[in-house]
Amino acid sequence: MSEAISALNGAVFKEGIAEILGLDPIGMISIRGDLSASYMKKAVKKAVGVAMPDTREISMAGDKGLAWMSPDELLLICPYAEVANALETLEKGFGESHALALNVSDARAVFRIKGLHTREVLAKLAPVDLSPQAFGPGMIRRTRLAQVPAAFWMENSETAQLVCFRSVAQYVFDLLKTAAQSGSEVGFYRS
Amino acid sequence: MSTRIATGGRLLKKSNAVSFSFNGKQLRGFEGDTLASALLANDQMLVGRSFKYHRPRGIVAAGPEEPNALVNLGTAGQFEPNQRATTTELFDGLNAESQNHWPSLEFDVGAINKYLSRFLPAGFYYKMFIHPRPFWKHVYEPIIRHSAGLGKAPREKDKDTYEHFYAFCDVLVIGGGVAGLEAARTAGRSGARVILLEQTDHWGGRAPVDGGAIEGTPVESFVDTLVTELSTMNNVEMRTRVMGAGVYDHGYVLGYERLTDHAPQSTGPRHRLWRIRAGHIITATGAIERPLSFAGNDIPGVMLAASVRDYLVNYGVSVGDRTVVVTNNDDAYRTAIALVEAGLSVPAVLDARVLPQDSPLMARAKELGIRVMMGHAISRVRGAKRVTAVEVCSQAGEGAVLETIACEAVAMSGGWAPVVHLWSHCGGKLIWDTKLATFRPDVDNPPLGADGHGFVTAAGAAAGFFGLDDILHDAHAAADGVATTLGFKLPSDVASPNAGRQEEAPLTPVWLMPQGAGVKLREKAWLDYQNDVKVSDIRLAAQEGFVSVEHAKRYTTLGMATDQGKLSNINGLATLAGAMNADIPSVGTTTFRPPYHPISMGSIGGEARGDVFQPIRRTPMHDWHVANGAEWEPVGHWRRPYSYNRPGETTHDAVMREVTNTRTKMGLLDASTLGKIIVKGPDAGKFLDMLYTNMMSNLKPGKCRYGLMCSENGFLIDDGVVARIDENTFLCHTTTGGAERIHQHMEEWLQTEWWDFNVYVANVTEQYAQIAVVGPNARKCLEKLGGMDVSKDALAFMEWADGTLGGFKCRIYRISFSGELSYEIAVDAGLGQAFWDALMVAGNDLGVMPYGTECLHILRAEKGFIMIGDETDGTIIPQDLGLSWAISKKKDDYLGKRAQERSHMVDPNRWKLVGLETTDGSTLPDGAYAVGEGMNENNQRTMIGRVTSTYHSPTLGKGIAMGLVLNGPDRMGEVLDFPGTDGKTYQAKIVDPVFYDKEGAKQNV
Repeated sequence: MSEAISALNGAVFKEGIAEILGLDPIGMISIRGDLSASYMKKAVKKAVGVAMPDTREISMAGDKGLAWMSPDELLLICPYAEVANALETLEKGFGESHALALNVSDARAVFRIKGLHTREVLAKLAPVDLSPQAFGPGMIRRTRLAQVPAAFWMENSETAQLVCFRSVAQYVFDLLKTAAQSGSEVGFYRS
Repeated sequence: MSTRIATGGRLLKKSNAVSFSFNGKQLRGFEGDTLASALLANDQMLVGRSFKYHRPRGIVAAGPEEPNALVNLGTAGQFEPNQRATTTELFDGLNAESQNHWPSLEFDVGAINKYLSRFLPAGFYYKMFIHPRPFWKHVYEPIIRHSAGLGKAPREKDKDTYEHFYAFCDVLVIGGGVAGLEAARTAGRSGARVILLEQTDHWGGRAPVDGGAIEGTPVESFVDTLVTELSTMNNVEMRTRVMGAGVYDHGYVLGYERLTDHAPQSTGPRHRLWRIRAGHIITATGAIERPLSFAGNDIPGVMLAASVRDYLVNYGVSVGDRTVVVTNNDDAYRTAIALVEAGLSVPAVLDARVLPQDSPLMARAKELGIRVMMGHAISRVRGAKRVTAVEVCSQAGEGAVLETIACEAVAMSGGWAPVVHLWSHCGGKLIWDTKLATFRPDVDNPPLGADGHGFVTAAGAAAGFFGLDDILHDAHAAADGVATTLGFKLPSDVASPNAGRQEEAPLTPVWLMPQGAGVKLREKAWLDYQNDVKVSDIRLAAQEGFVSVEHAKRYTTLGMATDQGKLSNINGLATLAGAMNADIPSVGTTTFRPPYHPISMGSIGGEARGDVFQPIRRTPMHDWHVANGAEWEPVGHWRRPYSYNRPGETTHDAVMREVTNTRTKMGLLDASTLGKIIVKGPDAGKFLDMLYTNMMSNLKPGKCRYGLMCSENGFLIDDGVVARIDENTFLCHTTTGGAERIHQHMEEWLQTEWWDFNVYVANVTEQYAQIAVVGPNARKCLEKLGGMDVSKDALAFMEWADGTLGGFKCRIYRISFSGELSYEIAVDAGLGQAFWDALMVAGNDLGVMPYGTECLHILRAEKGFIMIGDETDGTIIPQDLGLSWAISKKKDDYLGKRAQERSHMVDPNRWKLVGLETTDGSTLPDGAYAVGEGMNENNQRTMIGRVTSTYHSPTLGKGIAMGLVLNGPDRMGEVLDFPGTDGKTYQAKIVDPVFYDKEGAKQNV
């Protein structure tokens, strides 16, 4: 049996103002439903062990977590190998209730942006207030990166994780490299 | 001559000399110079030729308002035309060339145009376009076109990079003069997040040049203290070399940062376009001095008075030993005083005003021994490529010369106009200030935000305040007010600094000098230097009835050059008002549009060039396709293989081979791009019944059905196969280009109209790699891989099943877009390449070959299957395409149903789908029209049909096509004429659109 491979299989860029790393696939489940319903809260908690995130927030515990995507949509994050289990847990938790859970792990590409200028690299491409006051760890933005959709969150003050569609992984990698080109520091953010 | 003097030059680093070239001449300047100041320091007053008459033109101003000093800058990949010398910072190795000269700047053939000037009046182009037409094309156009125009277009690819940057703040202050600095400090102290932008590389604006004291200290040290204070404030971001280019709705502002223009060898992007979202915008953009309209005011050496002062104080440049100052206000006296104090000569100040008593500035000038001539004016400037003298007259008269004063420079001042551009971009209104004789922002009518309140506040000179004390107080109050509105509070210890008041005598408006100047003088009195518009042109326009300021502007081209009339607008519309005997406010202004000053195309594009110009979507097997000779076809943003060309094979041959191989053996198609949308919920069936024209709710789990989707206007928008996964879940396939569009279409109906349906939809297109295994050997190949049962009994045509093949977890749909035995197999995208490889190995001795989109098209056309985008174009309904079988008669409603009952939709004369077969076996040209008898009401040949798809079919060995034809299905066997663009007329017979295996036996095995 073959191993699932990411769209960019370990792409790395270290020559700029921030490091850009293409990550191995992670497990992602798209959930639609009534996020205020108790069955939903219980099901997602059982699946990944974290509480329901607030609007535009992400709750992570290690490699598992939940990200708010819209008023009726969540993104569940877990190790790639645990998707089937998590899906089963969710389906059981949903029971007869009207909700949707789908594996979208392979539909995505994941990047890590690392370094002092991480926020600037993102702010060159996404119309998002990336100042530390407005956007810190625990928050997520579902936005666009230049011409394609993307979502990202801060893992810590200098590292961000970014998710985009698989088909545009190369485009996004090239974008991030362009935005991180050497000599392009903006020097805008102060903590 | 103009030269560098020993003293002055506050912005220069004199220890750091740099060399540069102008028209091939090697010149020297200092770090801190602008190209303009360095040219003047080298006595290069003549910098270009005017647009229309090729008049010699010199530097007039010292800032972005400069109309004349435009140069071609740089070479090769860094060449750029129309760069303003006054805003170009000098660097070592700078290479500039003057523009619009031929063969040379000093001797220009085009200057003959000036002798033709009586034949090139206002509206010349409009008049000439009309008649006599042949003259325009063969005589005027080639000569005048050749001689007109400014810079050259770059010939090489831009080697620099550019980027955008999104920034957010509470208060954005545009302009780093004393008003902007004070406003930023006040807003900053209130705790607001502040961004302060300054277009030049230094703070303080022109206040240090104009002088004065704030709180007892000289302006320059006050500025330094303020800058130091601001730079320690964590909530204030200060940026030099960033120009506020445009203000847009919702507090959106574009800032244009020039990162490496002054140091082109450094790494990093050249320009950065700041895309700022601000809670409130303060425009502290200062003011621009106006020229005076007198004869010869365009001769090199005639400059704005304050700019003469700028060159002297900031760059230590004297523009001439003897400078005559001509003015209608007090400010120009500062220039006279500064020149004399620097040891230069001011033979006279010609002051158009007649005042009862001297103001302090006038008194100071007289004290210095300067001859002040009140009520006097310039009748005419003498000189050609350089001022040699001025002829003095009375302002009240018609220009009789009283005296001639020899001089090298003329410093003129017609008063000041606030820079209202950014205030006006989003609809801020202006009022006419009679005292200042200028438009200034009307504080009661600011541009309004979504909340109905103003979101721009002008401050300082930009608001119409000109004394240093007034400027500081206004800026402080403006920022305090803005901060308060945004919910911030200024600490009580923050007060506005005081500068003390200096009385100035009021200005007298002067729109023409002398006021009774006759036509001969008016013809030499320039309003717009760059576009060669004179007082006489505006008067002519008014005389010819162009009395609206917007019409007069376009008729004369006043203010339409790259400087957008920064110097000419007010003078021009005052002249227009004068010609109409109207008052100025009733004439109004033309519209101020962004950008304030030209910005580079590169900065607008940002990162979007080269590899990232546009996203390209790649399937999981993209790299394999590349390695195997794929010829690409863009489909939406996807790249799909059009064909896989083998070495030495033409694309056509490859396509023919792929068709034949798929029909006789087996082909693989990467179908991953086809849209896959999950529709789930208790109302999913009901929802799909509304979206599709046919019935989906009665589809059994495990089964597939082809469906059509229409817009509410009845037109076909998408098609595809729907699979029912379980009681509550469907998977809808869409076209490649339709996935996002149809997903959005579904969401829109669910969110806006059918919010009571319990349905969720999700686009899972990219989760799967989908491969079509097509051809007589398809089943054998899958059986070789082993796993799930793919026999006809286990998995019949139009069924799907989950299982494994060769160890891959997969879902197989037995659907066919080719008419062959066909399995479309979906695996997780991450396994797509591995599964493709496995199929290639298993199919090796079964004749497997990959095939591309053109083969797919031929296969489907042979079967008479329609293609969205070929047979449809947004005006086609399913009934046109013989698809009435896919329209449910049982359903009460579906999107498009009512529209399809409209009279035009049921018109029997709608063109209908038929097959077309050329009589000689050739292939019809794509898009060709069938012509009928006679002509239509527009005197064109009557059209009775058109080709929608056309191919050479290797299976049938002839050209086949589909087309829409008037009464087509009733005219089987008729032969139609299709004239091609190649001059040939093709003849084709109307036939059934299904050319191959009409009964469908081959796909159902």
